Amino acid sequence: MSRQIDYRTAIREALAEEIERDPNVFIIGEEVAQYNGAYKVTQGLWAKYGDKRVIDAPISEAGFIGMGVGASMLGLRPVMELMFWSFAYVAFDQMINNAATVRYMSGGLLHCPIVVRGPANGGTNVGATHSHTPENLFGNMPGLKVVCPATAYDAKGLMKTAIRDNDPVYVMENTKLYGELWDVPEGEYTIPLGVADVKRSGSDLTLVAHGRAVITCLKAAELLEAEHDIKAEVVDLRSIRPLDEQTILDSVRKTHRVVVVEENKPFCGVGAQITAMIQEKAFDDLDAPVARVSAIDAPAIYSPRLEEVQLPRPMDVVTKALSIC
Amino acid sequence: MVPAGFSKRHYLTIMSAILKNEPGTGAQFAQEAINQTLEPSDKVRFLRDMVRIRNFEERSNKAYSQGRIGGFLHLYIGQESVAISAASLMGPNDHMITAYRDHGHALAVGMSMNECMAELYGKATGCSKGKGGSMHYFAPDKNFWGGHGIVGGQTPLGLGIAFALKYQGKTGSCLCFLGDGAVNQGAFHESLNLASLWDIPVIYVIENNGYSMGTSQARSSAYPEYLAKRAEGYNMAWDVFNGWDVYELRAGFHRAMHRAHTESRPTIVEIATYRYRGHSVADANSKVYRTKEEIEQYENLFDPITRWKNTLINEGVITEEDYRQLNHEALQEAEAAAQFAEQSPWPTEADITADVYHEVDHQTESGLTGKHFFND
Repeated sequence: MSRQIDYRTAIREALAEEIERDPNVFIIGEEVAQYNGAYKVTQGLWAKYGDKRVIDAPISEAGFIGMGVGASMLGLRPVMELMFWSFAYVAFDQMINNAATVRYMSGGLLHCPIVVRGPANGGTNVGATHSHTPENLFGNMPGLKVVCPATAYDAKGLMKTAIRDNDPVYVMENTKLYGELWDVPEGEYTIPLGVADVKRSGSDLTLVAHGRAVITCLKAAELLEAEHDIKAEVVDLRSIRPLDEQTILDSVRKTHRVVVVEENKPFCGVGAQITAMIQEKAFDDLDAPVARVSAIDAPAIYSPRLEEVQLPRPMDVVTKALSIC
Repeated sequence: MVPAGFSKRHYLTIMSAILKNEPGTGAQFAQEAINQTLEPSDKVRFLRDMVRIRNFEERSNKAYSQGRIGGFLHLYIGQESVAISAASLMGPNDHMITAYRDHGHALAVGMSMNECMAELYGKATGCSKGKGGSMHYFAPDKNFWGGHGIVGGQTPLGLGIAFALKYQGKTGSCLCFLGDGAVNQGAFHESLNLASLWDIPVIYVIENNGYSMGTSQARSSAYPEYLAKRAEGYNMAWDVFNGWDVYELRAGFHRAMHRAHTESRPTIVEIATYRYRGHSVADANSKVYRTKEEIEQYENLFDPITRWKNTLINEGVITEEDYRQLNHEALQEAEAAAQFAEQSPWPTEADITADVYHEVDHQTESGLTGKHFFND
């Protein structure tokens, strides 16, 4: 039985279902309880589940995220909201030195079943400090898992899996996607981490993307087909680490041309990793160099007119695609 | 006495704090209920544990100078009484976490010399399979949660452990140790605020050995007197006691743990103690930022092992000969641990990528989807 709900509601359903399923799951973050969430993802959860399960934290990311890491070592499963992923930088030591390495440094005696979630995106005219997209930074850390859902369906299924996972999973959402409506079935389902999704089939070109760049690619694919008769396949990574290389390679072997698209900066980004992997493992299948589209390589600009330009637009993807087709 | 550029008000070294406190006999603390219930065997065990820690560290120091141990080696020598007194009070729901000077705490909670020494040698038989090293010992089965290398980084974790106890409805506490150098880290202050705000049964134990690496308290803390007094800024109880007498330490720890158990309230305790060796074995300046006399003065007056030994002799619990025997056994145990470490196998190359992800290690469905490692 299908219905349409928006991305934020899908995440909220995942949180509520997991709170009900497992008494060790609790939510903590700034304004998540009585204020109902800065972006209303957690709306109504405090009223329903109370102080123990939905906790308002003071503005103190290193404190409450480190606390969650410690609590997880004893078996709790904190789901910690960052109002923006940009704020992760004040909790870096806890999120990397502690969460990512405590299992390793204990020789496997400990594990850290935490989720840190919140929006990680530019495009909302809030300036560079609030517009970071750190999936590449955290994806660089063995021990961490990073997930970037593009649709409501994926957001719900991936969030439930993230909460049940026994390793630290960092879920990067997008404020510009929170209000987007998608078909989401009633009832419970999960989506495994590390499994990409072909969001649109095509035979001429592969567009690889994650997060909101997937939506950009879907629009670009429509334009390419309507105006240039190019059938683009859109591969949504969904999960950055673990990474589904096979689905990317299968698509490349079918289409022989690739554009890797991301809203992050180009240098040492996820796209760089994917591009290197494709040239190494599918070199003979390529009919053109792997092309990339990323955000323009500067801190996120405030000016609304220009921030639109700084992030990849469907036309940017089309232009890049035409350059290799 | 006061170095140039420092006001007298700010000049407070651990030595001047110590000298203000006449080294008592500990007799008044011996009378406290928590110490009255001790059996002679308990008292001997405390002495043995301290002596074992010291022998372990002396032996590891030797191994370090022989090139058997890599990286850092932060010795706890001089502070042994603190860890063993705290550990002696831990019940099934009391937990411990500390910073990088962790050998003493690890042995105090019951980790073996073999696994600890082998970890220093980087061997597969080490407590962390040779993956953590000196600063990263763990024993969750003994309620010991590390062993953390970043100064102050463990303070939110200690908060979280105590939070989990409260969440699970358990009456317990978490003893979270830190040094005097950690009190200026932001994560510590965030933890203090949350601990007090949410009534978390965590006890922050500042082992004030006078120097954060080479920087004295006078040169690092705006507060001219007790570091623990910072608790007042967070509406939290605090306490200060001396670190060289087991009775006094147990009495002090008990007050804080009782508060945690009965009121679910946090405490900062500050303990005046002293490390004889450098910040780490590699600390070339350990006799530059302080005088040789200062070190000797402390050792002569306040050495916790000598003092506890004398206490037990005075009480008629042991004789000098008993002590010599105990010391000899610890020396042999440490030597055997070094031999064990020496003869243990190295971890294999395949071990490098094990223990990174729980799901991969356990070959769960989640561990089998997607690529977790990227070398090929």
